Amino acid sequence: MSEDRVAESPIVALTDVRRDYALGAERVHALQGVTLDVQRGDYAAIVGPSGCGKSTLLNLIGVIDQPTSGTVAIAGNRVDAMSDREATQFRLRNIGFVFQRFYLLPILSALENVALPMAEAKVPKGVRTERAAELLKYVGLGNRERHRPSELSGGEQQRVAIARALANGPTLLLADEPTGELDARTGTEIIALFRRLNADGTTIIVVTHDEDLASAARRKVHMRDGKVVDA
Amino acid sequence: MRFALALASLIRHRARTALAVLGVAVAAAMLLDMVMLATGMRESFRELLLSRGFEIRLAPKGTLPFDTDATIPGVSAVIATLRMNPGILEISPVLGSSIHVLADGRDVSGSALGIDPKVQGDYELISGRDVTTPDAIVVNDYLLRQLGARIGDTLSVATGYDPQTRTYSGQRKLALTGLVKFIYGANDQSSSAMRRETLEGMRPEARDRASLFMIRVRNGGDAEQVRDWIDKQLPNVTAISIATAIAQVDERLSYFRQLALILGAVSLFVGFLLVTTLVTVSVNERAGEIAVMRAIGVSRVHVIEQIVLEGVAISLAGAVLGLGIGLITARYLNTILSAFPGLPMAIDFFLFQPRAAWSALGLLIASGIGAGVYPAWRAASLPIAESMRREAIA
Repeated sequence: MSEDRVAESPIVALTDVRRDYALGAERVHALQGVTLDVQRGDYAAIVGPSGCGKSTLLNLIGVIDQPTSGTVAIAGNRVDAMSDREATQFRLRNIGFVFQRFYLLPILSALENVALPMAEAKVPKGVRTERAAELLKYVGLGNRERHRPSELSGGEQQRVAIARALANGPTLLLADEPTGELDARTGTEIIALFRRLNADGTTIIVVTHDEDLASAARRKVHMRDGKVVDA
Repeated sequence: MRFALALASLIRHRARTALAVLGVAVAAAMLLDMVMLATGMRESFRELLLSRGFEIRLAPKGTLPFDTDATIPGVSAVIATLRMNPGILEISPVLGSSIHVLADGRDVSGSALGIDPKVQGDYELISGRDVTTPDAIVVNDYLLRQLGARIGDTLSVATGYDPQTRTYSGQRKLALTGLVKFIYGANDQSSSAMRRETLEGMRPEARDRASLFMIRVRNGGDAEQVRDWIDKQLPNVTAISIATAIAQVDERLSYFRQLALILGAVSLFVGFLLVTTLVTVSVNERAGEIAVMRAIGVSRVHVIEQIVLEGVAISLAGAVLGLGIGLITARYLNTILSAFPGLPMAIDFFLFQPRAAWSALGLLIASGIGAGVYPAWRAASLPIAESMRREAIA
């Protein structure tokens, strides 16, 4: 494969992806043949009504779920049939997650929360502490390193979560309703932070109902009834 | 990092963790006490028998030492036979008798041992002097208090009493020369000792007879071989080695030991269930948090390690606390049980043995690991996306 081909290949490539769930006796078709490419450096917002399959799609891209059929490739790697150990390692090195509810570990300080994925990746302690401090500065929380999540506001917690997502220099940053629990002013700050991250080269995919956040993205992917209706 | 996370997770719910540790500590204390009780009497009895270095006892055929009033005739001949075995170092014949000590018109009854002070293995001198002269007698603290006597007093001692004629037989004046502690004697037993020839003089029918022979084997000698040899040479005696005595004690205490082991196992199981319940509840509460850890790349093995560590930390803290509680309760219970009438003072029901304590500690830590395995496996097996979806709905 030539250098040009590598550069041109999409960072996310989904082909005819289906995901079915068993819900009691019924079978729910959450995704019904989704085909989607996202290019490196892109900033895509997946939008659509509740229950249309946005989060399911994000979970598949984030390698925390596997499709019923179809293929999912991230940075050229087929991730749809990885073993649990392979998927875990892949997420650790390539995917950064930001959740609606932040999900920081309440027993750790902001710095320790950011350093956690690096510890898992066996980054030496000195290096990870230094990098975690840098990342906290990057998200504007240089003075909050020793604070526990309970001592931080919602917006600050989400910024710590973003710093944690960037810890191992991921190929892809995924965010599921990152402004969903924030007030409008704090939400605007997070949107600005995502813009800055994308401008600095991070590929971002967000799932959102937030019009402002979706408008900040370079590209909108509309979904309805488990299908991409407009990419 | 995982140990720090496990510890931090326990500290997060201080009250719950403290209660769990306390619960495990009670179970650990019970387990330790039961282990100490199961082996304590046996070991204590062994130590008691070995305390003076006599490995073999000879009793009249078919009896245990001092089980009956039966005696072995021909002490001199028995000693002469025993001396033929080069493996035997010392022979201590002991004649037992009941006595009556008359003091201030009162009759205090008790027991007396006729011994050879040079080779005796029945008592330790606490104060005064041993029975170095034929008219000397030494007594234990209980008898001394019963008599209200002092060392240096002269006592009137008889070996028999006829209630019909109200007369004493084998009566003799003896000088109280010392206070002694009888190794095999009970707290509430009036005991005394005098030279064997003195007691024989007071009991002519027991002349050249002994209730018991205690035999010390030479260093490096095989006590079992010597015992077999005695069995062949002296068919009218029962030779009991320490091993034989322990086997007999084991047989008599087997139900007692089984009960202790069953109670110990129940304690261990209760501790196991307690830790499993606590860690399972904790894992259920943190299902979302664990799912997020897995999502950001924390491996399944590391999640299991962290949760198992939580179980082990609770068990370890509980075990250390339980060790202290167990030792205190064992000491208290030992005081109560040792006061049982007729038991040798030196017998301990609860004997602390480091090996047994380590075994109990090891069992608790192993149960802590076992207790953490189920919730850890549950946590590590949680489907990440599904757990996060449930958490979001909740």
